[in-house]
Amino acid sequence: MLAWGPIFLTLRLALVVCCVLILIGMPLASWLSFTTWRWKFLIESVVALPLVLPPTVLGFYILVALGSQSPIGRWYRMLSGHGLPFTFAGLAIASVIYSLPFMVQPMTAAFGQIDRNLIDASSILGASRLRTFFRIVLPLSLSGVVTGIVLSFAHTLGEFGVVLMVGGNIPGATETISIAIYDNVQALNYAAANRMALLLLAFSFITLSLTYALNRRVWDVWPLHR
Amino acid sequence: MSVAVARRVSSAFSLQAEFEAGPGFTMILGPSGGGKTTLLNCVAGLARPDAGRIAIGDRVLFDKGAGIDAPVSSRRLGYLFQNLALFPHLTVEQNVQYGIARLDAPERERRMNSLLESFRITHLRGRKPAEISGGERQRVALARSLVTDPAVLLLDEPLTALDTSTKSKILDDLRQWNAEHRIPILYVTHAPEEAFALGERVIVMEAGRVIAQGMPQQVLKSPRHETIAQIVGFENVFDATVTALMEAQGTMLCRLRGNHLDLEVPLTDAAPGSFVRIAVRAGDIMMASERPRGLSARNTFEGRLVELRRAGVTVVAMVDSGVTFEVHLTPGAVEELKLAPGKKVWLVLKTYSCSLVEA
Repeated sequence: MLAWGPIFLTLRLALVVCCVLILIGMPLASWLSFTTWRWKFLIESVVALPLVLPPTVLGFYILVALGSQSPIGRWYRMLSGHGLPFTFAGLAIASVIYSLPFMVQPMTAAFGQIDRNLIDASSILGASRLRTFFRIVLPLSLSGVVTGIVLSFAHTLGEFGVVLMVGGNIPGATETISIAIYDNVQALNYAAANRMALLLLAFSFITLSLTYALNRRVWDVWPLHR
Repeated sequence: MSVAVARRVSSAFSLQAEFEAGPGFTMILGPSGGGKTTLLNCVAGLARPDAGRIAIGDRVLFDKGAGIDAPVSSRRLGYLFQNLALFPHLTVEQNVQYGIARLDAPERERRMNSLLESFRITHLRGRKPAEISGGERQRVALARSLVTDPAVLLLDEPLTALDTSTKSKILDDLRQWNAEHRIPILYVTHAPEEAFALGERVIVMEAGRVIAQGMPQQVLKSPRHETIAQIVGFENVFDATVTALMEAQGTMLCRLRGNHLDLEVPLTDAAPGSFVRIAVRAGDIMMASERPRGLSARNTFEGRLVELRRAGVTVVAMVDSGVTFEVHLTPGAVEELKLAPGKKVWLVLKTYSCSLVEA
């Protein structure tokens, strides 16, 4: 029997995180690709930090930043009546920060590969920056954008350390698949752990294969494709 | 339009240019790395000058003193990049309509069709840039710029990759278009033939500075004469009209404007009565103190030596023969022919020393 609670929760978390990351990541990535600001490497480093930091370190700082002692935590408590840590919202915020580089880096790389002349040509033809972005930059870097979305989605599905630090293990609110697997293993319930682990493995493998296939245009050489 | 800009590009190179350009072709000529593209970028707003003023009529695009710097998207210019920058994911039709999205559909359709027709690319409207030839891409890029009804057209070595006949056909269509619209066209090139053939005005740039500007003939006679001749590759350029074709000989006769003499030059596809420009190197002209005979050279002119001046190891002679020829001689030749200002001389030009500058 598969426990569906953690699965739905994880999917919901990944979806929310992905949407938020598109909204934050896209402007951030396009700013990083097109700015000539001399200190931009600092921002780049901050964005890449979650790649190298242990999830526990990141989780610890996020916990402190969101906690009832911090301005953000107090402000949130004032608005909603309860704290951020150990809630779905707190978990979502932590995951956004944790998965940020997986969204931003592929996009920045894709935007950076676009011929600058195309962007200049668009402005010379009277297009605003926004129109240039949606009509020229985005269509020409679609594969990078899709890669960013898939990677951050898959990455959110599988995260463990940050979730444990910030979310704890509250069924229905913060108990994700990876936490459930850990719990099952702790309880020596290997069969249940295996079912969930297998599901996560299969899902991750399929999404990644699809992304890489689409990006490499593998379908052009697909044997059954003619 | 009037342009006066200064921009420091690196510690070793800075641009400082000032010129006026009226309707028609203004050619910006000079060696690579001479600041030509930077100049166009300043006009387009892609590079910001450190000082200066750029205006089209009374519309000021940039004025350092007054703090004006119009954004690129509102300058109303056409700019053809060297690599054309056609949008690869859009069809010809979508590319051409890109700059007129604000217009309503029927007007957009009307403008686009008229441009597609002018540049003979109506049949390509559904294709992507990767599916058409180099010459066709040039036409699409021109149509895309001109459909926005720009106040000025900037061309950055637009036709270098094309063969001569494709190039001249495209230029004919552009000239045709501009005969109706009469906008200034700034045309950057490093090919002197192109500059002298097309240009109503020529601006010669070297190391970021304008070293000469004016009508093609004036440019060659400018104070920085030696440098210019070196960049351009010839010292003499004459306006002429084709009077007769001699296909069997592979030559044609051209009457020089000013001296009513016919010059026999290599045959081209120019029609009788059409206007051509003929370029001759000063070192390729022979001088004689008596009427020469028994020569293979087809062109002999009588003239009067008006000036003789030493420039390094060569002697520069100016000969008035209705038009002024510049001739380069060795000091030994000057002595042997006993040349002096006022003396009557004969000039000898081989047919194949006369090149027709044409685009």
